[in-house]
Amino acid sequence: MAGPRDRAWVGPVALIFALGLSAQPLPGWLAPARPDWVALVLIYLGIHTPQRLVLVQAVMAGLLLDALQGTPLGQHVLALVVCCYLPLKLHLRLMLVPIWQTMLLTAVFTAIYQFVMFWINGATGNDIGAAFYLWPLASNAIVWPLLLTLLDRARLGRRSSD
Amino acid sequence: MPAGTPGVHRVSTGPALGLRTFLCAAAAVLLMLVDQRTTLTEKPRAVLMTLVYPIQEAVAVPAQLLDWSDDATRTRAELARENNRLKRERLLADARLQQLNAIRAENDRLRDMLDARPRVGASVRVAQILEVDTDPFRHRVVINKGSNDGVFERQAIIDANGVVGQVLRAGPVSATVLLISDPGHAVQVEVVRNGLRTVAFGSGDYDQLEIRFLPNNADIEVGDLLVTTSLSGDYPAGYPVAEVVAVEQQPRQAFARVTASPAAALTRMREVLLLAPTAVPQPAAAETEEATDDGGT
Repeated sequence: MAGPRDRAWVGPVALIFALGLSAQPLPGWLAPARPDWVALVLIYLGIHTPQRLVLVQAVMAGLLLDALQGTPLGQHVLALVVCCYLPLKLHLRLMLVPIWQTMLLTAVFTAIYQFVMFWINGATGNDIGAAFYLWPLASNAIVWPLLLTLLDRARLGRRSSD
Repeated sequence: MPAGTPGVHRVSTGPALGLRTFLCAAAAVLLMLVDQRTTLTEKPRAVLMTLVYPIQEAVAVPAQLLDWSDDATRTRAELARENNRLKRERLLADARLQQLNAIRAENDRLRDMLDARPRVGASVRVAQILEVDTDPFRHRVVINKGSNDGVFERQAIIDANGVVGQVLRAGPVSATVLLISDPGHAVQVEVVRNGLRTVAFGSGDYDQLEIRFLPNNADIEVGDLLVTTSLSGDYPAGYPVAEVVAVEQQPRQAFARVTASPAAALTRMREVLLLAPTAVPQPAAAETEEATDDGGT
């Protein structure tokens, strides 16, 4: 059924772009609120293309993100895999939810991601204070509609983005 | 949105999904443990660092373009002014260097008389900093030299003014550097004025180091220069680390609050120098030669 209208390459390409955005220098005041681009893309893929081995993509992206940020190998892998679980599990229901509600749900899903990061940072002695983990949740919710539109366009083409 | 659900019937969402997630998560935890406790993951990490290097290069392009356009749009007068300034600075530096050579010879002679070991010399290589963000709360930068260029873990990094940090992880073509201002970094230093030894901790603030565990009556003043000592571990002795900017006696506490500002321009540097220890002491001429060799990159 995965016809020609659903482009398979969009997922990996979007993940590579997300990795680049995670390393993009931001001005100092904006840096703490950097959206978790990779987690957002994986949440999208989990909801809209659950048949495409999203967990494998999450593991790959996590390893690359660990190499990019110099974190212990496996930290981002664990956080991303755990973060993907609910979107994958609930993808049929999530597709029927209006956008403003998915914005809130995105914040919840990425809160799980941030919690795992917080927990591992604490366990490996890199604790940075809990308040800093809250900013990305807001920015994640804000950029979600944009990401949704962009990825829908890229994946399905212009016609079905309505 | 029916178009978004192709092949949905092939997706199992029952316990299989939970099991798969659990297996992936367990593998990740195992990987983390292996990574933290052993050195087995060095090779795979090197491969991964090479894989992400193109991404880092691509991300750094806008900053490089900005640099380039800045260079391309300078006027002749500006360049002439800069050239003049550099010539003046060079003259001053040369004059100081003459003195340094004499002092070095004298020092060697004196050490000879004392039967002390000759000081270990160091050769330097230039590396560029990639304009790449890692984690906003960790003070780390990525440089464009890796183990293929002889970079090794824990190698000391300096800039023109002082100690910058040390190599945290060396990939084949790039390396991650831990800055001295990182909260997880500490280096043994000594006060030049009186040889008082202490430890400078990173504070998580780029222009501040903390000197903890100095008693209230310790002989340290604002303006004191702190340099690395022979006990600094990975750093060769005698490189400036920071200058004391505040000393606050705390009568009710065991220790004074001493803060220092790093000598190196941690937020403004574009290029850094990698120090490679050499077994035999080198004359000044050989060092500068090596440095200029690589200067063009």
